Amino acid sequence: MIGFDRLMTGASNIADDVDAMFFAMVALCGFVLLAVTVTLVLFSVRYRRGSQADRSGDHSRHLGVELTWTLVPAVLFIGIFAWSIGLFAKIQTMPKEATSIYVVAKQWMWKVQHADGRREVNQLHIPVGKPVRLTMTSQDVIHSFFVPAFRIKQDVLPNRYTQMWFKPEKTGEFRLYCAEFCGTDHALMRGRVVVMEPAAYALWADAAGTDSLAQQGEALFRQLGCSGCHGPAATVHAPDLAGLYGKPVPLSDGSTVTADARYLRDSILLPSKQVAAGYPDIMPTFQNQIDEEDVIALTAYIQSLDPNPNPDPDPRQEIVDAPR
Amino acid sequence: MPHADSPASFLDAPTGFRSWLLTHDHKRIGILYAIAITAFFFVGGAAAVLIRTELATPQGDVLTADGYNEAFTVHGVVMVWFFLIPSIPSVLGNILLPLMLGARDLAFPRLNLASWYLYALGGIFTIACLIAGGADTGWTFYTPFSTLFSNSNVLLVVVGVFIVGFSSILTGLNFIVTIHSLRAPGMHWFRMPLFAWTMYATSLVMILATPVLSMTLVLIGLERVFGVGIFDPSLGGDPLLFQHLFWFYSHPAVYIMVLPAMGVVSEIIPCFVRKRIFGYRFMIYSIMAIAIVGFFVWGHHMFVSGQSMYAGIVFSLLSFVVAIPSAIKVFNWTATLYKGSISFEAPMLYALGFVGLFLLGGLTGLFLAATALDVHLTDTYFVVAHFHYIMVGGAVMAYMGGIHFWWPKVTGRLYPEAWARFAAILMFFGFNFTFLPQFVLGFLGMPRRYHAYDPEFGLLNAFSSGGAAVLATAYLLPLGYLSWSLFYGARSPANPWAASGLEWQTSSPPPTHNFLETPRVDGGPYEYSPSQAEAEAEAEAEASA
Amino acid sequence: MSRAISPAEPFDDIEQQSGAATFGMWVFLATEVLFFGVLFAAYAYCRVQDPQGFVLASRHTDLLLGGIESVILLLSAAAAAWATALLRRDENRASANLLWGAAGLGALFMALHLYEYWKDYGEGLVPGLRFTYTGLHAQTVERFYALYYAMTLVHLLHLLIGIVLLAFYAREVRRQRIGAAYATPVMCVALYWDFVDMVWIFLFPMLYLLDRS
Repeated sequence: MIGFDRLMTGASNIADDVDAMFFAMVALCGFVLLAVTVTLVLFSVRYRRGSQADRSGDHSRHLGVELTWTLVPAVLFIGIFAWSIGLFAKIQTMPKEATSIYVVAKQWMWKVQHADGRREVNQLHIPVGKPVRLTMTSQDVIHSFFVPAFRIKQDVLPNRYTQMWFKPEKTGEFRLYCAEFCGTDHALMRGRVVVMEPAAYALWADAAGTDSLAQQGEALFRQLGCSGCHGPAATVHAPDLAGLYGKPVPLSDGSTVTADARYLRDSILLPSKQVAAGYPDIMPTFQNQIDEEDVIALTAYIQSLDPNPNPDPDPRQEIVDAPR
Repeated sequence: MPHADSPASFLDAPTGFRSWLLTHDHKRIGILYAIAITAFFFVGGAAAVLIRTELATPQGDVLTADGYNEAFTVHGVVMVWFFLIPSIPSVLGNILLPLMLGARDLAFPRLNLASWYLYALGGIFTIACLIAGGADTGWTFYTPFSTLFSNSNVLLVVVGVFIVGFSSILTGLNFIVTIHSLRAPGMHWFRMPLFAWTMYATSLVMILATPVLSMTLVLIGLERVFGVGIFDPSLGGDPLLFQHLFWFYSHPAVYIMVLPAMGVVSEIIPCFVRKRIFGYRFMIYSIMAIAIVGFFVWGHHMFVSGQSMYAGIVFSLLSFVVAIPSAIKVFNWTATLYKGSISFEAPMLYALGFVGLFLLGGLTGLFLAATALDVHLTDTYFVVAHFHYIMVGGAVMAYMGGIHFWWPKVTGRLYPEAWARFAAILMFFGFNFTFLPQFVLGFLGMPRRYHAYDPEFGLLNAFSSGGAAVLATAYLLPLGYLSWSLFYGARSPANPWAASGLEWQTSSPPPTHNFLETPRVDGGPYEYSPSQAEAEAEAEAEASA
Repeated sequence: MSRAISPAEPFDDIEQQSGAATFGMWVFLATEVLFFGVLFAAYAYCRVQDPQGFVLASRHTDLLLGGIESVILLLSAAAAAWATALLRRDENRASANLLWGAAGLGALFMALHLYEYWKDYGEGLVPGLRFTYTGLHAQTVERFYALYYAMTLVHLLHLLIGIVLLAFYAREVRRQRIGAAYATPVMCVALYWDFVDMVWIFLFPMLYLLDRS
């Protein structure tokens, strides 16, 4: 059938593993279905009323048989479970070196921000063979980033960052779908992931000429007046942001949090939620002035202010969401 | 025909509209339910026709986007809460449970009538929602879409479902007390028919899970009206809290839908195989295990929702565990056929169809329980196909089987057997043509709730829509010939199937108080003998030769 | 005074009916646990997200009124239980008086709690209608009060039903229409009333006593 081949071939590092498991299950379940169906048919024919089959004996209980078909499925199911968990852990564990790309979903489009500042709408250009980590949030309702060819999917939530990773292993264009019902044009919230050869990708990236994400964040930082309080010449007593990212922050209520992406986002949009110890609760909210993409740019800028950048950053210290 | 001095059937006396609408008789209440849920089945079915018509071609050209969203919302809400959940318990359970136990009625007859009125009231609100333009949130009401973004009549449908939940709870309460208190002398627990056991297990789930739904819907209502921020992330709330609360009810709800179906099948198969069910005790343990373990698997609807990986692992394991008792039941039904004496009247065709289709549906559930596969398959047509195999291929077929099996008992009429067999077979094939392609669509990546889709999915969708046309026809047939049989069908003897079970020991239809004297029970259920059935068949063949 | 009571359909004898009615009430109370359980679960979930905010919010509840209400409800439940015992000993008059007393105390609880609501409105603590609290943890405080109102309103609804039932049976008992021969209805109502009291025993510390040592 036209297009089936293209639709079915997997294109990511885990696609083959997922397909192997899927088709193994098809075989196993197909076998069970066939076996039971054939048995039902055979019994129906052989023991139909009026046939001369042997019907002697009472066959309404047999502990051995019962236990067999309790324990054999149990063992099989545990086996499938174990196989699945191994693969699931692989799907969920972020690799140390992965390119960070940010996605903001909104009704009814996908907005992508690359670290080098490039922005895309409903498209994602990436080089083949390099792992990619998507950090995603929604501007409104729950969406879900789904690339069937990669065999992965992750819900995208408002007011939260969720992550997924994959390594594309084939070049080409692959369908991107929103997989969580999100309103009127849910079915139209589609896009494509364009996986390119490294050379072609380099050409594409260079053609941009935009500021990097951190530079865009720096521009916003000045434009919104953040440096008025957080800059070196500020008269207002506000926390110093250099080297803040990833460090523990004592709060006014006595607890301590890590200054991760979520903390920074809340500080910008909901500043009264968690006030740093020793500082007055006077920071205004920027909730109505900037959107999620601006928040990501600002976070990238603050992240870049680290005076002693860790040469081997723990990926969990980069923009992360709530603990997995 | 009843004798001059035997009591009138419950259908004939008392007469008059009021005597039906104010009845305390569990059998009349069951019939009131039957009429109501049949009407709702066709409402939900009409929505399905709209959906499959739209999906026959890749473009969204039949309905608007919002119209399609409203169609699948109506389809889900009506089919789940106004058809599937009440169908077997409130129709067959209401009519048969007291009869099977040897009781004169349920423990609380007036509460039973109240349950029906609550169902009707909930239905009125839902119809009102439809007339006002419908709701477009999906039957799952995920926040913050349902609380903050949807411009449709969410409150009306939420109120409707809230009210109908109480119908469920009170029915469950009634069944539990009845089973504990009103069993006939000699019928101890391990002599009850399996249908009664499934009514008991279903009722436990109904009373413990439904209140969670009710209160969750209240919170949705509060959020929508007062904007209080329990689920609203911009106010610090958590949309995932809604999902946990919703699925804590809605997963056990699927067992409310399937356990009664299993009970019906467990009554039909022994009768048409003329043999005791295989592994009666294991069947009971399985029923109870499904009901209990089913409360702890809800997170398998949320593997990609943002819930923690560890939660996912636990829910995955428990989802595999809950599959084991279902497997046992399928094998036991199959084993019951061994060395039996089998005939293939319509109820048996439905029961056999159930076993095959439930098996397929259950096996595909294993795919979804495996988190690694679920990441790819969730929110696609694979899931849609999976649950339709269980709900439609399973529960609806079992309901049809039960309607046919007990039709003579309740109405006193025989249905036309040839038509019934034809409808059953047509239903089986129509169903498979509709939903088998959807497994492939899901694996290929077609998401759910899409009114327009990529052209590559067109052929399989067209096939599926064709199957739906056949299925719809198959559903119209029983409406026709069963109604016909009420007026022109041959009169039925008390026990046309020579079935065991106390309900068959009284006339067809039964008198208002069920039994002339309380029966005494001194043996287990399913006292059938295949060799005897063979001997009788042979004798009959010789007599007519 | 007690005449032979004939059982209602479909029961064979009064003991069977009594057993079924009592068991039915217990099953009903099980469903009630699940009803309130959802609100308790939502409360727990939200509290874990921001414990500081919850403490702040709880400080705005009226501890004195809440304490008085707790005592009133406890006395009311005791009265209902005592009334059942007296009924079983054929002391209808005293039993009826206690049932009226229980209903009255319940009504007093309601009045006091409605007064609390009125005060909250004045202080701007009613989410969705009049909520003026600003400052640290304002969103959590609003969420706390949303849950507070949901929980106490649902509780008050149950209370109201209980008061009506107590009053109804007080009348029946006084008019000798219920007696020692079949005291089950009153016992079931007392059981329900105990449950309503039990819910409050959980609500009170959850809502009024956070970090108030």
